[in-house]
Amino acid sequence: MDNFKILIPDLINAFIETFQMLGISLTCAAVFGIPLGLFIYTTDRGLFFENRIINSISGFTVNIIRSVPFVILLVLLLPFTQIAIGTTIGPLAASVPLSVAAVAFYARLVEASLREIDHGVIEASHSMGASPFQIIRYVLLAESMPGLIRGLTVTAISLVGYSAMAGIVGGGGVGDLAIRFGYYRYETNVMITTVVALILLVQGVQSAGDYAAKKRDHT
Amino acid sequence: MLKIENVSVQFKTKSGITDAVRKVSLSIEDGEIFGIVGASGAGKSTLLRTINMIERITEGKVYIDKTDITTLTGIDLRKMRQKTGMIFQHFNLMHTKNVYENISLAMKIAGKSTKQIESRVPELLALVGLSEKALSYPSQLSGGEKQRVGIARALANDPEILLCDEPTSALDLETTHSILNLIRDVNRQFNITVILISHEMDVIKSICTRVAVMNHGEVVETNSSYGIFSKPAHEISKELVRNSLNIEVPENILSSMNGSIVKVVYLNETALEPVLSNAIKRYTVNINIIHGKIEYIAGLPIGILILNLRGKKSEINEVIEYLKKRTALTEVIYG
Repeated sequence: MDNFKILIPDLINAFIETFQMLGISLTCAAVFGIPLGLFIYTTDRGLFFENRIINSISGFTVNIIRSVPFVILLVLLLPFTQIAIGTTIGPLAASVPLSVAAVAFYARLVEASLREIDHGVIEASHSMGASPFQIIRYVLLAESMPGLIRGLTVTAISLVGYSAMAGIVGGGGVGDLAIRFGYYRYETNVMITTVVALILLVQGVQSAGDYAAKKRDHT
Repeated sequence: MLKIENVSVQFKTKSGITDAVRKVSLSIEDGEIFGIVGASGAGKSTLLRTINMIERITEGKVYIDKTDITTLTGIDLRKMRQKTGMIFQHFNLMHTKNVYENISLAMKIAGKSTKQIESRVPELLALVGLSEKALSYPSQLSGGEKQRVGIARALANDPEILLCDEPTSALDLETTHSILNLIRDVNRQFNITVILISHEMDVIKSICTRVAVMNHGEVVETNSSYGIFSKPAHEISKELVRNSLNIEVPENILSSMNGSIVKVVYLNETALEPVLSNAIKRYTVNINIIHGKIEYIAGLPIGILILNLRGKKSEINEVIEYLKKRTALTEVIYG
């Protein structure tokens, strides 16, 4: 029990770091991943920005990022992190590779949920005289909203897992706490506590995401 | 006035170039309900989509009034589309928006103000009889109700032309009637030109004033609905009409009968003349009606009778000649 009390400040601190990393990278995922997903989708065959070359290039770039294991990406991006943030240590620095991974990951999920949209709905909006940007705003984003929310939920949960590796660059967070104390120091109590905390976190994120998606889903 | 001149549409496919529409010319008057009929794959949908330029044409011109719409791009093209409503076989409503939002979307796209939208949408809802369902989502509506939303949406920006792409093909018979009636009401009330494609002659029969029959990308025949039904010229038209009028006598009945079996078609002018009773008075041949019906196309009757003529062979031939002179069509189908 004493052990547990000592752990509390560390755990709180780790949670703050995790939320920081999740917050930054999820925001980046939404801000850049949605446009990137839209970009890949609308430049594909039969859509209004159809452009094979641009479509291939953007798809390929996303694939490269997605195929590099996150630990490697973390190290690969160190020079970039140094330039962007001024340091390579801490949760803020860890947010850089997390964001890059999140954007690529989410862009694919965005693209996948856009593909679910009935093509007839897009045709109908063309017949109403909608411009490409009106179609994106009123039709594509609106119709894929439940899917976009579910995708963001999946991304958030993957990021919880990725952020555990952020410990390698001193990123901190709950996962890092579990590895350093629970695993390296054989403190089973810490391990169990942090894992339970992570389970609760993931459950919470999933439930919130499901609720938000369901509210907008009328199919 | 809508004019389609020498329009061709080609698609590039893996196996080469497919001609979806070949050198089609049509002219459609304001306020008409014009039908385009043909089997699936005949190019009807593609042709319809050239009228709002959703399908890019390979060759030819499309004029709405005096404007050649094939030259329009950007904002001009979109303005033209806002004046051309379209409804679809599968309704194509947005699932995440309720009925009200689905209709108002068309007005938002056209840049209408919230005030205009708020006064217009209830009007449209009342017109299509869905005032109660404004807040329902498409998943909560029946097929007929969805198509009503589609119609309201298509009318939102006061179009001059309404394009209907198989509007009733996903609906049951009863709903089909109510949707066709609604389209006709809309046509009469607002004098909107309606261009409707269908693979069912029954749809054409019930509302279209004129029809073009398509086959393999070509328009093979254009005529008034009554003309197509009463005197189809092309083989395809004949088959479509035959299937639709559906007047057949079972083979075993035909072969069990003595004498000749004759099919008589009589039209508007001759319909009311007592041709048959005169024939019976004039000749001693027995005339027996074994099948018959009268169809009304655009309010005009087409009568079809299958007659069994019994008596002397020479006199039967005389009766047939007599009927031939006085009816639109008399043909011996047996004996």
